[in-house]
Amino acid sequence: MLEIKNLSYFSNENNPDKEILNDINLTLKKNKTYVITGPNGSGKSTLAKLIMGILQPTNGSIIFNEKDITTYSINERAKLGISYAFQTPVTFKGIKIKDILNIASGTQNDFGQICDILSKVGLCAKDYINRPLDNTLSGGELKRIEIAMTLCRKSILNIFDEPEAGIDLWSFDNLIDIFKSLKSCTNIIVSHQKKILDLSDYIIVLKNGKIEKFGKKDEVIPFLENKNCARLVRSI
Amino acid sequence: MNNIEKKLLEKIVDLHSTPSGAFSIRKNGVLQDKSSTKEIEIIPKKNKSGIDIKIKSGTQNKSVHIPVIITIGGLNDIVYNDFYIGENCNVVIVAGCGIHNDTCNSSSHNGIHRFYVGVNSHIKYIEKHVAEGKGSGEKILNPVTKVYLKENSTMEIETLQIEGVTSSVRKTQAILNNNSILKIRENVLTDKNQTCKTIFDVKLNGYKSSVDVISHSVAKNKSYQEFKSILYGNNECFGHVECDGIVLDNAQIISTPMVCAKNSNASLVHEAAIGKIAGEELVKLMSLGLNKEEAENIIIEGFLLG
Ligand SMILES: Nc1ncnc2c1ncn2[C@@H]1O[C@H](COP(=O)(O)OP(=O)(O)O)[C@@H](O)[C@H]1O
Ligand SMILES: [Mg+2]
Repeated sequence: MLEIKNLSYFSNENNPDKEILNDINLTLKKNKTYVITGPNGSGKSTLAKLIMGILQPTNGSIIFNEKDITTYSINERAKLGISYAFQTPVTFKGIKIKDILNIASGTQNDFGQICDILSKVGLCAKDYINRPLDNTLSGGELKRIEIAMTLCRKSILNIFDEPEAGIDLWSFDNLIDIFKSLKSCTNIIVSHQKKILDLSDYIIVLKNGKIEKFGKKDEVIPFLENKNCARLVRSI
Repeated sequence: MNNIEKKLLEKIVDLHSTPSGAFSIRKNGVLQDKSSTKEIEIIPKKNKSGIDIKIKSGTQNKSVHIPVIITIGGLNDIVYNDFYIGENCNVVIVAGCGIHNDTCNSSSHNGIHRFYVGVNSHIKYIEKHVAEGKGSGEKILNPVTKVYLKENSTMEIETLQIEGVTSSVRKTQAILNNNSILKIRENVLTDKNQTCKTIFDVKLNGYKSSVDVISHSVAKNKSYQEFKSILYGNNECFGHVECDGIVLDNAQIISTPMVCAKNSNASLVHEAAIGKIAGEELVKLMSLGLNKEEAENIIIEGFLLG
């Protein structure tokens, strides 16, 4: 459902150009869950942003359900069914939580529907519905709302960028349940958490902007353990 | 009242019919209709245009509506409205001016409002300015607001100027006595070649008096906005001014703060942040399926009305 061909991204903010992703090739299958892991700065978020269209690749192409979407805008990709929960949630001035969930759903939800959406991410609607989506919310709250927006989109490809960041231990299993329930769609989850690696079908290991390893969970987890990546694969 | 007039009234004071309670409606330079209540008296001025609004001490949870509409070109309307508010009141005052000018002649409205707020009273003043019309005639609004706050009184001012006003100079002056509070939230949108100048002059004379001014402005196209504020801290007091602006296209916003602490216990803060729409806000909304223009509109609407 998603084919990434010879994808490279060089940042031209530094001179000489810095290679952030170099010649990435991947084919993702329909209705499978992929976890991208790898050290900080290895290019995971950059890859996610390239798929969403937030960044434009230096080289290569992205094919989504047989369509070459390399030059598609962010909203065109959103309309085709790609959704991205940011690593760092964006805040606004004067936009309420219910507004953003309505925008994400593409319809006006009634209180009951907003309640269902927010309770999935462990928030009680009446405390949040009219609150502005701004920095008066904690990091964990923002992260949950970010995930809720993606759930509202009912996309066929969901990308979650370090969704567990800022989520307390008590809610972590709740988060795992959300991912387990996302069955009739393809999911890409950027994560370092063992429990999230465990629920994947495939794991992609990035290192220095290249794919170090890509395979089924059962072969990649031992690979990570053998490489003494205990630091990387933190168990919770 | 015809349809244009009804629509203007809806836009500026959110009225769909004659308001309950005290009101005064001014149309094309003359007093059209008014109504007093036993607590709120509306008295036309004798020697100049305008009204005195007298609110009896102890008036609780009442409202006054004083909209002004102009539907012709070539009118230069000046009106003086004075509010005398007694002690221990809690009242909402809804004002505003709507101009519909289809002609090529300019029309202007200069509303000079003075508020004398009594001890322990709490006033909320809502003022909305809009202008429309197909003609090339300018639509000019120059509001002057003067506020005198007695001990322990509070005034909250919410102003909104959102559409079609060709040019405006908005002056607000206030003098605060002991323990009085002034809160101002101003929202301005300019477009095309429009200009808007805002000037706040606040004298914190009273012990533990405080003022909080939050201005959100959006300037589109070739429009121009100026924001000036002068705070005088003449006692132990607290003052905060925040000027937050979004500039688009070739527009300009200029903010000049001035804070004068004339007492060592005065604490005065000014913050100004002006820039284009944050790229990440646009990106986020586009990733939720909105195109760039829709995303911009949502961000601006939230910023001004949220
Ligand atoms: N706009 C940018 N300009 C320059 N370098 C960047 C930019 N964005 C990210 N980088 C760099 O690219 C590398 C990959 O970043 P990122 O994709 O965010 O990594 P990860 O998500 O795996 O932690 C990092 O070294 C980071 O510093
Ligand atoms: Mg990252």
